[in-house]
Amino acid sequence: MSDKVKVTIDGITVEVAPGTSILNAARQIGGDIVPPAMCYYSKLEGSGGKCRTCIVKVSKGSEKDPRPMPKLVASCRTTVMDGMEVMNITSPEVIEARSGVVEMLLINHPLDCPVCDQAGECDLQNLGYEHGLQKTRYEFERRTFERIDIGDKIQLHMNRCILCYRCVFTADQITNKRVHGILNRGDHSEISTYIQTAVDNDFSGNMIDVCPVGALTDKTFRFRNRVWFTKPIDAHRDCPTCSGKVTLWYKGEDVLRVTARKDIYGEVEEFICNTCRFDKKKTADWVIEHPTVISDTSVIASNHYDTLKPLPVIQPNLKLQQANKVELEKTTKF
Amino acid sequence: MEPLTSKKKVLEQKPLTLAERMYLPAIAKGLSITMSHFFKKEATIRYPEVEREFSTNFRGMHSLKRDEEGRERCTACGLCALSCPAEAITMIAAERKPEEKDIYREEKYASVYEINMLRCIFCGLCEEACPKEAIYLDGPIVPSDYLRKDFIYGKDKLVEPPLNKK
Repeated sequence: MSDKVKVTIDGITVEVAPGTSILNAARQIGGDIVPPAMCYYSKLEGSGGKCRTCIVKVSKGSEKDPRPMPKLVASCRTTVMDGMEVMNITSPEVIEARSGVVEMLLINHPLDCPVCDQAGECDLQNLGYEHGLQKTRYEFERRTFERIDIGDKIQLHMNRCILCYRCVFTADQITNKRVHGILNRGDHSEISTYIQTAVDNDFSGNMIDVCPVGALTDKTFRFRNRVWFTKPIDAHRDCPTCSGKVTLWYKGEDVLRVTARKDIYGEVEEFICNTCRFDKKKTADWVIEHPTVISDTSVIASNHYDTLKPLPVIQPNLKLQQANKVELEKTTKF
Repeated sequence: MEPLTSKKKVLEQKPLTLAERMYLPAIAKGLSITMSHFFKKEATIRYPEVEREFSTNFRGMHSLKRDEEGRERCTACGLCALSCPAEAITMIAAERKPEEKDIYREEKYASVYEINMLRCIFCGLCEEACPKEAIYLDGPIVPSDYLRKDFIYGKDKLVEPPLNKK
């Protein structure tokens, strides 16, 4: 079985290595047919299988056993078989089930997007926008928690949490000591540090980036600005502890926030350390590369016009002016 | 330039009759029309002392609303500023302190909320975007002024007056 296996997703055939999950096979094709994922994170081992948003229909099990799978399966946890046929967006059953999953995820969610700092780059918001209902059918009281500071600069809003376990996996896999986790079971599950131990690991800030909702947020960015009013710019610096490749979120000339770079699935490319994330908020600390590529459909891309004048960051800096010479000449032509 | 049509109107000038030559009847007629307007209803009003009734969907100056308990509804979510095609709205958010619970409804509020009335085109998109029903364009016509800076309306002019507590 060292050969590649053939799998057809929504009528598009792709050859992938055996052992690949359906979700990853779909990501190799890309486009609309990629199932959304709230808990699966390709950089974290063992993640996935919690949220059920990535469910797909397997209409043909494999070449040897062509029977369809009896139920919808979680594509992040199901490996592909040779000749497997998968239906994602072509199956109304999947679409309906997914909107049911979204409704389930939103049962205890406070829907306080106007207040939440994650709004605009929130996976749950996007998912709800695509699959959710206009209003909730849930009549009972939502569970509420006080928000707590689980770290020096990290705030936990347990109300918003969807229990995807990503932050737990992050703490397990990229730090040497995990001090937070899920307490209790079932409906009572919550993320906490149990004894009030502050999360102070040097890589703990990555919890903020992996969190698909606004449960873990950056305290230094709290209510500073809305995501869509800031301009993301890729930058790097020589960091002794991490790769130092980040996205700076500018408002005017100020860096309001530093995050890791994210790919099209909202997963960070490289984890960054807390020094880069929380302490280096000056343009002078960074080597600016270029504006981050933002999808046109994202709210972050709205109201961003091509300015005829060079950005305020570039204006006083001769080095940057030199680097952007071609672009600047273009603007002076008008 | 060549004429576009072949139509031509030949102007005939007849000599004036005696009555016409006297002019006085025409003057009397004209004056009587003028005089009759003294007794008719005025077509104009004395704005700004008197104002006409606006139609129900008239969009005037913005007002930031308060809820039933007199707390400010606005939570500085920025959707009005995002939807604004003229980019007239700016705001700065702040976190509510525990003792301010009866001033602001949500844990976040707008500490600065400014609308540039010269930029505003009164399209009402902010009203539609607001998830908290906090902004409405239900005020009067924005008054004129001399300086541009005076058209930037802050919270002092926009927020509804507080409810009278009994």
